[in-house]
Amino acid sequence: MSAVTGPVLEGSLEWKLPYKGKVGMASLIIAESAIFTIFVVAYLFYLGKSITGPTPREVLETPIFFTICLLSSSLTIHLASKELENGHRKTFLILWSITIALGALFLFGTGLEWHRLIYERGLTISTNLFGTTYYSLVGLHATHVTLGLVMLTLVLLFGLADRVGMDQSARIATLSMYWHFVDAVWVVVFTVVYLVGR
Amino acid sequence: MSSDAMAIPSATTEARPWVEVVHEWVTTVDHKRLGILYIVYALIFLLVGGIEATIIRIQLIRPHNDFVSPQVFNRMFTMHGTTMIFFVAMPILFGFANYLVPLMIGARDMAFPRLNAFSFWLTALGGFLLYFSFLGGNGLYGAGNAPDVGWWAYAPLTAKAFSPGPSSDYWTIALLVSGFGSIGTAINLIATIFSSRCPGMTLGRMPLFVWLNLVMSGIVLIALTPLSAAQIMLLIDRYLGGHFFDTQAGGSAAIWMHFFWIFGHPEVYVLIIPSFAFMSEIIPVFSRKPIFGYPVMVGATVCIAFLSMSVWAHHIFTIGMSSSANSFFAITSMAIGVPTGIKIFNWIGTMWGGSIQFKTAMLFSIGFLFQFLIAGLTGIMLASAPFDWQLSLSYFVVAHFHYVIVGGILFAVFAAFYYWYPKMTGRMLSEPLGKLHFWLFFLGFHLTFDVMHFAGILGMPRRIYTYEPRPGWETLNLIVTIGAFIQGVAILVFVVNLVYSYFKGPKAGNDPWDAWTLEWSVSSPPPNYNFASIPVVESRRPLWDLKHPEDPDSRYE
Repeated sequence: MSAVTGPVLEGSLEWKLPYKGKVGMASLIIAESAIFTIFVVAYLFYLGKSITGPTPREVLETPIFFTICLLSSSLTIHLASKELENGHRKTFLILWSITIALGALFLFGTGLEWHRLIYERGLTISTNLFGTTYYSLVGLHATHVTLGLVMLTLVLLFGLADRVGMDQSARIATLSMYWHFVDAVWVVVFTVVYLVGR
Repeated sequence: MSSDAMAIPSATTEARPWVEVVHEWVTTVDHKRLGILYIVYALIFLLVGGIEATIIRIQLIRPHNDFVSPQVFNRMFTMHGTTMIFFVAMPILFGFANYLVPLMIGARDMAFPRLNAFSFWLTALGGFLLYFSFLGGNGLYGAGNAPDVGWWAYAPLTAKAFSPGPSSDYWTIALLVSGFGSIGTAINLIATIFSSRCPGMTLGRMPLFVWLNLVMSGIVLIALTPLSAAQIMLLIDRYLGGHFFDTQAGGSAAIWMHFFWIFGHPEVYVLIIPSFAFMSEIIPVFSRKPIFGYPVMVGATVCIAFLSMSVWAHHIFTIGMSSSANSFFAITSMAIGVPTGIKIFNWIGTMWGGSIQFKTAMLFSIGFLFQFLIAGLTGIMLASAPFDWQLSLSYFVVAHFHYVIVGGILFAVFAAFYYWYPKMTGRMLSEPLGKLHFWLFFLGFHLTFDVMHFAGILGMPRRIYTYEPRPGWETLNLIVTIGAFIQGVAILVFVVNLVYSYFKGPKAGNDPWDAWTLEWSVSSPPPNYNFASIPVVESRRPLWDLKHPEDPDSRYE
């Protein structure tokens, strides 16, 4: 059926292609970055344009502790995937669990902040432009953290069932790319919302 | 939809019960079958969108016509635009890319076959949701109510006060869902092209078709996502009481325009670059010469992709921007003419001195070159801000972008059908019917869209459901509508050709055009796994090398 075989260059042809998961994840990250860019632009464009209060300066408190949690989870996931590559499954599982805990802690922090804003400060998504843009941008990021946590937890469950070994290290590295991206986005969101925006 | 899709492969699946065949098509993850599903799905929507266009044209055939009500007219142009862009042009081009990219790079399937199927079904769900609005727009209890906000859905028309009921939400969610499908396909194409090439298929040896679809996928990643973001904002506004586009709370209607066109203009390139891809395969084969200026073609495409991100505001010169912004967007828009011109010169350079075969596919390609050039020229006219202030929102603009989309993209798609139909079905399309299709469509196209330019210059605004009898307008609109009917007849000839040739067309064999890319090395239609053994290539034209071992291309690379 297939006629083309051509002259095969025995052994002389070095043929290496990038891992498809990495390419796919990099593409997804580019696409997601564009989505976040639009939300960040909207946030910056509407800064100070709210007709009624409250303003960011009045109600926002910088979540330094939870930010440290999220950013350090990037380090633990990196170490975890390195450990897996070297075949240390136990240390991998421990570091992986720490990553999940740190991510969950961050999400808890966002929850605390939103609870305070809604119930004590009366700021909801429909209060004013600040509320609309703030909850959308931070919420979009929190959605990505949640999705990431779901995937990390799945890996943990498989790991506990002894199904994650060195064979999966390329996939684990791909997943950790996503987690690094979620952290990097937080650096941008943090800068825009808590540093520039106040 | 599925019953038509079923018809295509029945040559191999005749004996089995239809339930089994349907099940196979619904659950397939094969890139060839998904490609055909995309194409058949898009063809069905092409007919639907065409009927909507016909309704618009019948209403405008004479002044004070009352064929449809103003409300129905608004729904028709909204649905026509949305359908043609999102559920015809994109799926049909994705279909060809899905089918051909793995074959051309010597791969057995896409990088992520299941993501591929998922993306198709998301797109299919999007189209279904959009058309379900006819039933569900008023919650199933009233008369039907499709979205009527125009395909760009400017704020505040989409606010709850002006679009009560869920009709606009069907529009929003349909585009959001199909947008996710498109992003999935783009990711898949990029991963396939980078990670599944057969040995020897370096980036510099890939067929231009593959290169151009790679660039197109890159644009989808960056340009389709702003639309998804804006749709999410619109949903937040409509359902959670947000104020993104609510001018009464300090929001801005203009920012929706910016977000929409940040998507909207690159979208034109998402559609035209795959059309360039068709041209870059078809013109060389029927000119019997390799493509002229391969590296320059790649460079020009990448250049167009970059420029396309910085021109969006030429769609909204009339909202009143600063003069520096006007100048910036005018200059960048005109600059796109340079790489595009390079491409046109390269295609002509390919034809120059070749022994041209005037098959139907080549006729459509030559039509494309000619019409796309004119579309580009009116585009440069509209890129100039003062000229645009005069003619924006007139039929001149409608004529311009239909010249791009019908005269350019649709002609290229027809060329692709005549060229690759034999590969996909194993049968040749009828040449006499094809030529009839070409000349009828060519005639109808020029009657309709050439004349529309004049109506626009005479001041006829777009999106009006009727008009006063005025000198010039009546005759021009009559001619436009007659042209639309001729195009309709041409499309019917095409459909007849597709169906007739499927059963009665002459057998195609592996390589009916004596072409040079890998898809022609396998049987027609290709076997399940494409290549029994993965090919090894040594030049840009692997089949040429195989057919001419005494003078292979690889000697000169």
